[in-house]
Order: sequence, then structure tokens, then C-alpha cells
Amino acid sequence: MKQFQGRVITPGQVSAPAVVTTEGFNTLASFQMALQFGDKEVKCGDQNNRDLFGKPMIGKALCLPQTIGSTTGGLVLYCACAMHKNPACMLFSGPIDSLAAAGAVLADVWVDGVTMPVVDSLGDEFLAYVKDGMQITVKEGGIVEVE
Amino acid sequence: MILTQEQQAILNGEKGETLAKVMKTLVMYGDAFGAEKLVPITSKYNHLVTSFGLKVMSPVYDLMQQLLDAGVFSGQKFSVDPRPLDKNVPANFLQNFVFKNFMYTKQEFYEGQLQKLGLLDDDAFTCTCYMDEVGNKPEEGEVLSWAESSAVVYANSVLGARCNRNSGIIDIMGSIVGYVPYFGLLTDEGRKATWVVRVETSKMPEAQLLGSAIGMKVMEDVPYIIGLDRFIGTELDGKTTAYLKDFGAATASNGAVGLYHIANLTPEAKRLGESLIVEGAKEYVIDDAELARVQAEYPVMWKKEDATPNLCFVGCPHLSYEQLVEWTVNIEKGLQESGKKKVQIPTVLTAAPKVLEAFNASEYAPRLKATGVITSYICPLMYMNNPLCKKMPVITSSNKLRTYTTARYYRSEEILEIITKGAK
Repeated sequence: MKQFQGRVITPGQVSAPAVVTTEGFNTLASFQMALQFGDKEVKCGDQNNRDLFGKPMIGKALCLPQTIGSTTGGLVLYCACAMHKNPACMLFSGPIDSLAAAGAVLADVWVDGVTMPVVDSLGDEFLAYVKDGMQITVKEGGIVEVE
Repeated sequence: MILTQEQQAILNGEKGETLAKVMKTLVMYGDAFGAEKLVPITSKYNHLVTSFGLKVMSPVYDLMQQLLDAGVFSGQKFSVDPRPLDKNVPANFLQNFVFKNFMYTKQEFYEGQLQKLGLLDDDAFTCTCYMDEVGNKPEEGEVLSWAESSAVVYANSVLGARCNRNSGIIDIMGSIVGYVPYFGLLTDEGRKATWVVRVETSKMPEAQLLGSAIGMKVMEDVPYIIGLDRFIGTELDGKTTAYLKDFGAATASNGAVGLYHIANLTPEAKRLGESLIVEGAKEYVIDDAELARVQAEYPVMWKKEDATPNLCFVGCPHLSYEQLVEWTVNIEKGLQESGKKKVQIPTVLTAAPKVLEAFNASEYAPRLKATGVITSYICPLMYMNNPLCKKMPVITSSNKLRTYTTARYYRSEEILEIITKGAK
């Protein structure tokens, strides 16, 4: 087991299997089809993301460098949370970007009954170490354990 | 974050619970970036990204309704991204049925909400609100609360305004309280370039291909681009700003660029030159081979890779008046060369309603119509965003549309060849 220390963007504790991308995560491209057409697994629809395309995201610990793309990204993430179709948590190796931060904050302030912990600045080593399927536990204070 | 007395009072709920939640959202958003204060928005108008009444986005409309019910309105009038539907654009019976009865069932309701919240006017639906015909064009140095990635990168880079890549909903929340958190692209430090991009191509690179290459490489960083002025000049005229509009849209959708500087051309690069480049900036050289590599690596999402295209979209982001004229002339010329009278594939050119109004009053409108091309104010991305269109072999010169849909990207000269001579 390896432990990483990050910064809490939105709080919460959760344990979930990892899905990992080392490429920018395009939130709109990843979620749009799955949310619109009721994909229960919420499979990633971003054709440009070679790591995630076609993989289920719901209930997973989404490990990524940053999000990219359309500025609808934040509200798409907010909708995913409001519809209970969100990843279990989002774990960023670097500093969070403005769209992901907006989505995390909007969900935290405006959605009742959903917790999606978001931690950033976990370091490049985190993304190099974590692999799909590894069990991840997000603890208080931005501590992330990878089994 | 240090708040003024007025801001703190709003956060404390002295002006109501809903406004307090709006302020809390902005404060938490700013805190994520270490913002120490909120600064006033100084632009005349705002621009919002959410223009579509998609049934699945109900949480957004519920939130908007909370704002309206609490009497919380935007302090600024705003424009908004293009409408998702237009009867002029070819769609079969099934598509129309799905659009109207399943997908965009909230369109009318949401447009009603937008009007109450502060929509500029009924024609203010475009991603290129900064066109002269539309009139939402901020001045250099103005602070904005805009969303829409292509508009934000244009406002920052070409107009010299200051705006972060705000998400939808955050955009309107800024103009409700009148402030935005001070971080990132609002600061002098955040506008410095951490990449130097050297353009060493043998001819003018296609704007949306060059933007794609740079976006995928630098992600959300600020690039300082050297060598592009050899091809597009040192003045921000209509042709150059249209190029930069398309270039920027690709950097923002294929990556997350919110600001770029073009040596000897864009306002800050002209004023501050290479002092904008931070020490230790990374370097990326783009030549003909690199552009060819980038284009060759785009995945083809069609079921049959050699299918004959049955629809072509040009204008994501929306075309300028000058671009509509240029496409008209080029299509006429292409048809003349191929000995054909009409385009060989249904083709839609999209532009802002007010740009189309100006174009329709010109001598070019009947000439374009004679070629069989359709004009529309639609958002091609929203049109394509469903399983029915996913099956269609659609071609486009937009790298943004390629990124979000199954549309296949071709450079403008390739598009022209296909639509005027037919697909091989």
C-alpha cells in the first residue's frame, strides 16, 4: 500500500477501484452520451482519450492530471452528481483546473445527498503508480491510499 | 479570501439564502486557486455557455429556477451559445421526432428562464458574441465572467480582456453578485507564457489543425507563438481575427488553452513582446510533418471508414461575415472547375443570427443559395450530439466538432474539394 498527500478541494471519505488516465480528461466528451442516453455504467465517450474511452466511470476513483475542453465541463460534472452518475471521487496529480473545480464546488454547494471527494496536487508519482482496478481510499485531510 | 463588508454580508445570508449560496460557490471556487479577493466585473455584457434545453440537464434548469424564485437576477445582460435546433438543417423524420420529443423538450422552458435572467435579445444565441454585428465585444483590460471556451480564449488573446475559463453556471453566478475571484488569467502573472511554440511550416497552417496540435501539447498553459505572423500578418483585420477565432477554438477544445500570445500580433505580445515568456519555458516546434502527424492520428469514428459523407458542417465556432463571403466565392469557383451546379453533399454554413442577417442582405446570399448550401444559426455540436447522428458520416472543418462528435475532420481545402467535386 502506498499513501499520497494532496489538497482537499471538496471533502469526503470513500473507497473505490481506480480508473486512470494520464491524458487530459474532457468532461463534456466523456459524459455527454452516457448521461443523455441513460448508460448505467456511464462509460467514457471521449474518443480522444486512449486510456478511458469505453470504460465505466460511475462509482470509480477517477485518477487524472486535469480536465480539458468545453466550459460546459463544470456543469456536466454537476449534473452527473445531481443524477447520481458521478465517479466516487476525483483525484488529480496536479493542481485542479477551473472547470473541474467549478463542477466539484457546484455539486458540493447545490446538490444534497451526494458526496464526491475531490483531491488535487497528489503529485506525478501518484499518477505513475496508480493503475486501473487498484483499490483507492480517500481519507480526511487529503490523504489518498492506493492498495 | 478577504471579502469586503458587502461581500461578507451576502455570504452571511443578509440578502437571502440563495444569494448566500451563490457567494459561497464563488468563494469556494476562488479558494481552490488561492484567490485572495473578489474583483468587480467591468464588461458591459456577460456570455453564457448553456443554450440548450436538454431534458437530461434538468439539474441545471432546477438551479436556474431556484435563482429566479429567489428573485436573484444577473446584473448584466448576456448573450448565450447557439440554439441546438434549426428547421433549415437537414434532419429526417426520426431525428426530428427524437430532437423534439426526447432531447430538447426543455428548450422553450429554458429560453424563458434565460429571458427572465437577463438575455440580451432573441437573436443573442451564438458562440461568437464578439462579432461586430452581435455587439458583445469587451475592451482590452475589462474583467469578464464569461464561459464558452472558444469565446473566452478569443476575449483574452485577441481582445486583451481578462477572463478565466469559467464553467457554465459559474458564468452567471459571477454576474449575479458582480464579482469574480481574482486568480489565473485575471492576473499579470497568470498571463505569462510557459510554452514557446515555433511555427516552421512551409505555408500558412490550417488554423484549426495548428490549434489542435498546440492545445494537445500545452493543455491549459499559455503558449507564446513565434513565426505565425509570417503568414497571417501583424494587424488584427477581419481575415486575421477569423483565423485566430478558429485557431483558439481548437486550442481550447483539444486542450484547455484560455490565452495565447502571437508574436507581433496579439495586443499583449505587441506591447510586452518576449518579456511575457517565463524563464525555463518549454518549447514545441511545429513543421509540416508535425501537422501531418497530428491530423493522421485523429481517430475515424464512422462505422464504415470509406462511407460517402451525407452532411457537411462548416462554422464551429460560428463563421464571420468575411468567412461566409470567402466560402461563397470558393464554392462557386470549385463548382465551376468541376462543371457542377450544386454542392455534391448537403452542406451547412453556420453563423450568428445577426451575422446571417447582414449576409442575407448582401449580394453573396443568393449566390451561395444557388450553390445549394444552407445557412443556419444552429450549434452543430448540439445537432450531432445523439446516437442517430452518430451513425451519420458527417464531415467538418471544425476540430472542435471533431472532438465532441463522430464528425470527421478535414482541412478547409479538402472540404471544398469534397463538397464541390464529390467524395471519392
